[in-house]
Amino acid sequence: MEHYNMNLTLKIWRQKNKQSAGSLETYQVKDISSEMSFLEMFDVLNEQLIVAGDDPIAFDHDCREGICGQCSMHIDGRAHGPWTNNTTCQLHMRAFKDGDTIVVEPWRSKAFPVIKDLMVDRSSFDRIIQAGGYISVNTGNAVDANSLPIDKKDADNAFMAAACIGCGACVATCVNSSAMLFVSAKVAQLAQLPQGQPERESRVLNMVAQMDKENFGNCTNTYACEAECPKGISVSNIARLNREYLSAGLSTEQ
Amino acid sequence: MSFDSKIPAGEMNEKWNDYKGHVKLVNPANKRKLEVIVVGTGLAGASAAASLGEMGYKVKAFCFQDSPRRAHSIAAQGGINAAKNYQNDGDSVFRLFYDTVKGGDYRAREANVHRLAEVSNAIIDQCVAQGVPFAREYGGLLSNRSFGGTQVQRTFYAAGQTGQQLLLGAYSALERQIALGTVEMYSRHEMLDVVMIDEKARGIIARNLVTGELEKHFGHAVLLCTGGYGNVFYLSTNAMGSNVTAAWKAHKKGAFFGNPCFTQIHPTCIPVSGEYQSKLTLMSESLRNDGRIWVPKQKDEKRKAVDIPEEERDYYLERRYPAFGNLVPRDVASRAAKERCDEGYGVGTTKLAVYLDFKDAILRYGKIELGKQGNTTASQEEIIKAGKAVVEEKYGNLFEMYEKITGENPYEMPMRIFPAVHYTMGGLWVDYELQTTVKGLYALGEANFSDHGANRLGASALMQGLADGYFVIPYTLGNYLADEIRTPAIPTSHPAFAETEKAVSDRINTLMNIRGKQTVESFHKRLGKIMWDKCGMARNEKGLREAITEIQALKKEFWSDVRIPGEINNMNPELDKAGRVADFIELGELMCKDALERRESCGGHFREESQTEDGEAKRDDENFSFVSAWEYKGESNWQLNKEPLEFEIVKPTQRSYK
Repeated sequence: MEHYNMNLTLKIWRQKNKQSAGSLETYQVKDISSEMSFLEMFDVLNEQLIVAGDDPIAFDHDCREGICGQCSMHIDGRAHGPWTNNTTCQLHMRAFKDGDTIVVEPWRSKAFPVIKDLMVDRSSFDRIIQAGGYISVNTGNAVDANSLPIDKKDADNAFMAAACIGCGACVATCVNSSAMLFVSAKVAQLAQLPQGQPERESRVLNMVAQMDKENFGNCTNTYACEAECPKGISVSNIARLNREYLSAGLSTEQ
Repeated sequence: MSFDSKIPAGEMNEKWNDYKGHVKLVNPANKRKLEVIVVGTGLAGASAAASLGEMGYKVKAFCFQDSPRRAHSIAAQGGINAAKNYQNDGDSVFRLFYDTVKGGDYRAREANVHRLAEVSNAIIDQCVAQGVPFAREYGGLLSNRSFGGTQVQRTFYAAGQTGQQLLLGAYSALERQIALGTVEMYSRHEMLDVVMIDEKARGIIARNLVTGELEKHFGHAVLLCTGGYGNVFYLSTNAMGSNVTAAWKAHKKGAFFGNPCFTQIHPTCIPVSGEYQSKLTLMSESLRNDGRIWVPKQKDEKRKAVDIPEEERDYYLERRYPAFGNLVPRDVASRAAKERCDEGYGVGTTKLAVYLDFKDAILRYGKIELGKQGNTTASQEEIIKAGKAVVEEKYGNLFEMYEKITGENPYEMPMRIFPAVHYTMGGLWVDYELQTTVKGLYALGEANFSDHGANRLGASALMQGLADGYFVIPYTLGNYLADEIRTPAIPTSHPAFAETEKAVSDRINTLMNIRGKQTVESFHKRLGKIMWDKCGMARNEKGLREAITEIQALKKEFWSDVRIPGEINNMNPELDKAGRVADFIELGELMCKDALERRESCGGHFREESQTEDGEAKRDDENFSFVSAWEYKGESNWQLNKEPLEFEIVKPTQRSYK
């Protein structure tokens, strides 16, 4: 790869806390290497701000290898920026060129209130899992792992759904702020495994009820979530969620 | 202060069973009255909090991330070991125990390692029951692969995302307990001190990272599941937030620190590309199953890797270690890479890299795949195409990650890799019950020192974290809490809480009032450079002495010139980081002191003065067969206590992978 350096203009959302109003502020960064990650470019900017006596930009990040799901930036109108199947931390500066202006905002959703600058509160996702995103098996209750053969196809599908990192890009990119992709990934994972059968119906009903309670919107099949999901979680999971929900609703005695 | 490893008497393979059979129990009515604090929600913390909640204890769990699901266990790629012997290749509890003691270069406690091997199978069962989607064969049964330092296939995996899937399993168990009300969760909280009452740990002071407020929390016992301290090197495969602060506070309150210098440098990471680099990314060790590691035979090679003919390549691991080849343990592989680069055979722009090549694997798998279809006359292109598909299924996400970071396609040209700090075998000293030298204060997972000796084998960290949390602490904690049933919950109005909170608050104020010129990050980078250069892959007396002087000077400079923006009573990530870096600086000094004191080479600790003629690590069992348990005695002052290591079963020999 050819390496190059660039100067950039950044327009970044600044917001002191949950209550205050925010606005886009403009910053300049110089000599950014094309080999840097996007967050390393933010590190450079923050060092610059600290030295100048300004407040650095608050943003969530931790593993910086695309798996913890903590980073969450809306970059030039796209969740996690211009690359597909990618998280903000894995976005590298070779995606940009000298002289570019980049606009960075937090996830926007009623269910994800801004804490500060680019940081949002995603605890609604945890509460959805609390509502049923698990198999009730206390430690010590398990039978031998191989006593339960699982068709490789089902296991592979469950794994693909389980790859969700809970970052919330699906919600952020959705016009309705729907959390259907997130919820469906967990429902689909567990519904396809024999271990998940005993709580299959209550799980989907409870998780969907919690999702609604958290103020997430409805799904209108725009498929934006799938397009922006860093882990490529398929919208076919949403179709499965709908089927699961329907059949659970029909068969559960109210 | 007590210093007893509390290893149960009896035969090695009976100790744990015997312990469990005689350990004190707490009845269900009393469990409800007992409060337990769990700090950290990675594999060890989440599994402990969930299990203890299920048992009926009142648990409070803390993590600094925005959700417990994001703890850094999530980034573990390769897999988790267990002695299931599903592959019928001669594995057993004994073999896993033996390999781990040997792999740790005879610096681990045998009884702990044996217990780890014993509970390993139950972990796999538990995870499968939770719905963890491990890789499976067509018959529907679990698949295994091999990892470094072993000759059996005992590693269970979920593509390159094993840590993620295991953590999400433990996280879901934890969330279930939160919903049931047995666990109260505090995310975006950081523990800043242990509260001691009558020489027992009775709670913590935590900072709410959103509001900046300090909070007091009581617990009959405190469990630290706070991970390792690899970020002392600044650049490591750890997450940006991974830190030593909780463990370090415990250390300063009387918990001994075990083998601080035992650091694992992982052989296969993406090399550093520039000064701005904030972290390093691991390429799973599982790649060494199929990838071949080499450098050019000629120094200062200018040709591209693909243009270098076979006979001009030096597959140095296969050459030096024919028995294990590319699957030698991590410490051996890392040093071998360093040796080649030091000699001038390194590749890439920095010359600090070696190749990890999948060309042969692609051809081999391609032929097998087409052979299955009865196609024995396939062209080279067809073979390569079929082979790439197999490699993609096995390692696709890793290859993709490599390409995202480097911009190079590893299916076409070999990966460039170099060793990087990955894991710390050292940690808080614990006894057989995982209790530190402070009563009521426990350490689990990477935060403790116990099971991996001087070098951890691949796929053993996940095993240990979950063993400690699911299957060890639920028994051993009861042994302590059974004697606490008459202690009612202590209100946080107790003066010890106020005193500790004041000390924490004073330190924060001191930090904020320095108002110096240099950023926290710049100090962290400088510390990392000292540690990497002088306490990294190779260490010697001169360098270590210099490092100690340099770190002491750095500490002075930090406390007089660090600049922390923002406010105390508000969200302030720079302030959080400053506290962590201040602790890393103190730890760095202790690591160098420990490395200096241990005048032998063992596992990841390579003292240049102690090597064999062919450059292998040379242990000195006569003088150093002990755990270094450092006791904090005040600023830059530690006392070394030694826990002698006795090997009843696995007799120490020169480790050989040749």
